[in-house]
Amino acid sequence: MEIAYTVHARPDTGVYNAKLGMWLFLASEVMLFGGLFSAYVFLRVGAPPDTWPQGWLNVPLGTLNTLLLAASAVTTFLAWAACKARRLDQFKLHTGLTLLLGCIFLGIKGYEYHDKWTHYELRLKDGRIAEGHLVGPKSTAEAVVLKGRWVEDRRQLLDGRRSRGTWQELTIPRADIDRMQNYAPRHNTFLAIYYTMTGLHGLHVLGGVVVFAYLWGPGSRLWHVDPEHFTNRVEVAGLFWHFVDLVWIFLFPVLYLS
Amino acid sequence: MVQATTRSIEFPAREFHGPAHATGFWRTYVFSTDHKVIGIQYGLTALCFLLLGFFLILAMRWQIAHPGEPIPLVGWFLEKVLGSPASRGIMSPDLYNMFGAMHGTIMVFLAIVPLAVGAFGNYLVPLMIGANDMAFPRLNMISYQLYFLGGVVMLASFLIPGGAAQAGWTSYSPLATVIPTDGQTFWLIGMVLLITSSLLGSINIITTIVQLRAPGLTWMRLPFFVWAQLAASFLLLLAFPPLEAAGIMQLMDKVAGTSFFLPTGLAVGGATAQISGGGSPLLWQHLFWFLAHPEVYVLILPAMGIVAEVLANNIRKPLWGYRTMVYAVLTLSFLSFIVWAHHMYLTGMGTRISTFFQTTTIIISIPSVILLTCLLMSLWGGSIRIHTPMLFALAFLPMFGIGGLTGLPLGFAASDIQLHDTYYVIGHFHYVVAPGTIFALFAGIYHWFPKLTGRRMNEFWGRVHFWCSFLFMNAVFLPMFAQGFAGMLRRMADGGLSYSARISPGVEGTLSDFILGLNNYILWAAVGLGLAQLPFIINLFWSIWRGERVQGDNPWQATTLEWQTPTPPPHGNFLRLPQVYRGPYEYGRLDEDGDYLPQDRPPVAHTR
Ligand code: HEM
Ligand SMILES: [Cu+2]
Repeated sequence: MEIAYTVHARPDTGVYNAKLGMWLFLASEVMLFGGLFSAYVFLRVGAPPDTWPQGWLNVPLGTLNTLLLAASAVTTFLAWAACKARRLDQFKLHTGLTLLLGCIFLGIKGYEYHDKWTHYELRLKDGRIAEGHLVGPKSTAEAVVLKGRWVEDRRQLLDGRRSRGTWQELTIPRADIDRMQNYAPRHNTFLAIYYTMTGLHGLHVLGGVVVFAYLWGPGSRLWHVDPEHFTNRVEVAGLFWHFVDLVWIFLFPVLYLS
Repeated sequence: MVQATTRSIEFPAREFHGPAHATGFWRTYVFSTDHKVIGIQYGLTALCFLLLGFFLILAMRWQIAHPGEPIPLVGWFLEKVLGSPASRGIMSPDLYNMFGAMHGTIMVFLAIVPLAVGAFGNYLVPLMIGANDMAFPRLNMISYQLYFLGGVVMLASFLIPGGAAQAGWTSYSPLATVIPTDGQTFWLIGMVLLITSSLLGSINIITTIVQLRAPGLTWMRLPFFVWAQLAASFLLLLAFPPLEAAGIMQLMDKVAGTSFFLPTGLAVGGATAQISGGGSPLLWQHLFWFLAHPEVYVLILPAMGIVAEVLANNIRKPLWGYRTMVYAVLTLSFLSFIVWAHHMYLTGMGTRISTFFQTTTIIISIPSVILLTCLLMSLWGGSIRIHTPMLFALAFLPMFGIGGLTGLPLGFAASDIQLHDTYYVIGHFHYVVAPGTIFALFAGIYHWFPKLTGRRMNEFWGRVHFWCSFLFMNAVFLPMFAQGFAGMLRRMADGGLSYSARISPGVEGTLSDFILGLNNYILWAAVGLGLAQLPFIINLFWSIWRGERVQGDNPWQATTLEWQTPTPPPHGNFLRLPQVYRGPYEYGRLDEDGDYLPQDRPPVAHTR
């Protein structure tokens, strides 16, 4: 049984089914991320004074990731154009590039997560506070080795922009430590929303990569049966990818730059 | 003259591939991609959940009426299955909270919406618009499976240590987060599955309506039911994602230790909680009600659609103000996104915000009243046929009226201070959903049953079902208004006993014996309501195999396309692609043979 307008556009609406379906899906995605962005604003505006950190994220890496996604937007477009021009080889090339860019993006994101995950705040029993990266191999059952710095006041932790240069190796006996917590989501509200939003976005990137990998590999068999149908699939996947890019364009300034 | 006013659009000819090719049992009934099978799957599953939700509340009503007494008949069983929360067959406060939370969740997300949208929408929308299936049949199957899985997760949560979620269907944080069991985690995972399911379902329904309308079926020729489904699907599509976002955040609070909804300095069980704090309980409420207010329109709009169809068919004349109704539905859907905080007047969000939401709340009652008025006015001058589906549809009107009118005092912050969180609110929304939506769903089941089976449900037992349900529904919910006015709070595991004159005689403002005594009376009315469903259940299954056969494919002499198919419709629905010539309610026409003109009957070129 054949469903109408799976491949060709319906004359009066001007779209084929999957395209409309994708637009609707993206509308719901706007609401999903819209909900999270609203939550961000709500939580940030309502945050108790001196609790919202700034400059904790790595701006050069974030910029690089932004450029990667921007470049991948171009390659997805070119891949679709190649299908329109009936050039499967060009499609494979550009989709391959998209896949590569997407994977590098995820790799960098993974590195950033790791960087935060191994970053600790230590509160000592005498009230002093240390922050820095755990030096795993050197830490023992008796002492923790951090590459970091001492701060007088917890508020100093909040500004991450000026501290990096002064970091050195600190060895702190475990017996002196009152509380030790890494920069995981539970550490504070900023990290919580950072992990949640970028994590959800990362899952979307991963989803896009899987779809493109499918279209690049086994899915491309459809090309030989019905190139137009295949082109539609590439277009719809491209729409999704552009949306994922767009979300990042908002995430980057909101989380990294403000 | 009946003039087809199709715009001149070339629709490519569609081939028709003959009906049902032989497929195995599993592909035909379980993993089917046929919208009709999926619709029936949704329907049967949702009816089971409806019954389960009812049993949960019946047990709770026992506890409310007889706090601390073992539940008769089923107490031992509850103890066996659920263990200590039901020890000695007595409902503990924990169990009461569990049942309460799950009653609401099951009724809203697993029973009514899946019935109204999943079952009726799936089965009828493609038929009514002359399509051979949904736009994305495989997605359709997946959305049913996700719904089923969501239901399984919710049910499974009863059996885990500590039991199911206990923080109400609204799951307000911090309460929901700090209850030290995994019930809430299950609830959240179940909700994510259900949200994904309804997301896929709504995309499917919207795409189908936009893309697969038969040639000639212009927007203003759509049956009102289809408009209602379209609007409800848009609400599901756009309102659910923020709850999904909120659900993810609450899940993070629960499993990753974040503090999205947990304020600084939160104390749990007398000790300061080991959390970073800085979160906002209000945020959860905003995100929750941003979904949940539109959600109540998802509960009511498909019901209105069903009532409109049944009514038009049985008054034998066009609906009064069809266009007005369409515009009212669209306005209503839009407005329903900006009234959510009327559930939060008492949270301390500020009077200026309250003022805004009072205004929008009162504005939104205008399109609701328009819809009801149009349906009522349609009755005027009709030649009304009375039978079971029509009785249910007619009863919907005053019941929805009571529900809507009692909403108005809640919409003003000043009066809501007295009424908020009392049984008045319970009365209000149950009038809209129970004798409202559920009656409409019954009307729909009786009305479309002949299309599904080629048989009619028994009329006598149908009427018994109707009159008993009507009586007991009102007996259950009417007293709740009085209890609410008297200040009886909802969600109390002892049914208000601790605040009653029985416990503290002579104290000003306690609940009187009369108000408290209503609890016992409501219990027996609820038992009656349950018994009144027996004729329905038996009638439903008996009629599938033994019901009286109907003559022809269109026993109700209906105009809309779903009746212009073989009975039951084969895979692919129509024998040939229908061409539509006119609006949906061409009844009462005396210039034709019979008093109605089906949408797809070619106009006769007769002289006039
Ligand atoms: C037409 C006009 C309506 C108005 C003005 C209205 C107003 C309100 C208000 C202000 C509340 C909050 C009361 C409180 O918690 O203090 C409320 C609760 C509620 N309403 Fe309505 N309502 C209307 C129609 C409906 C309809 C059509 C439905 C559903 C089909 C509905 C379902 C509900 C539900 C489920 C609740 C309670 C939620 C809860 O707290 O658990 N209402 N209504
Ligand atoms: Cu509301």
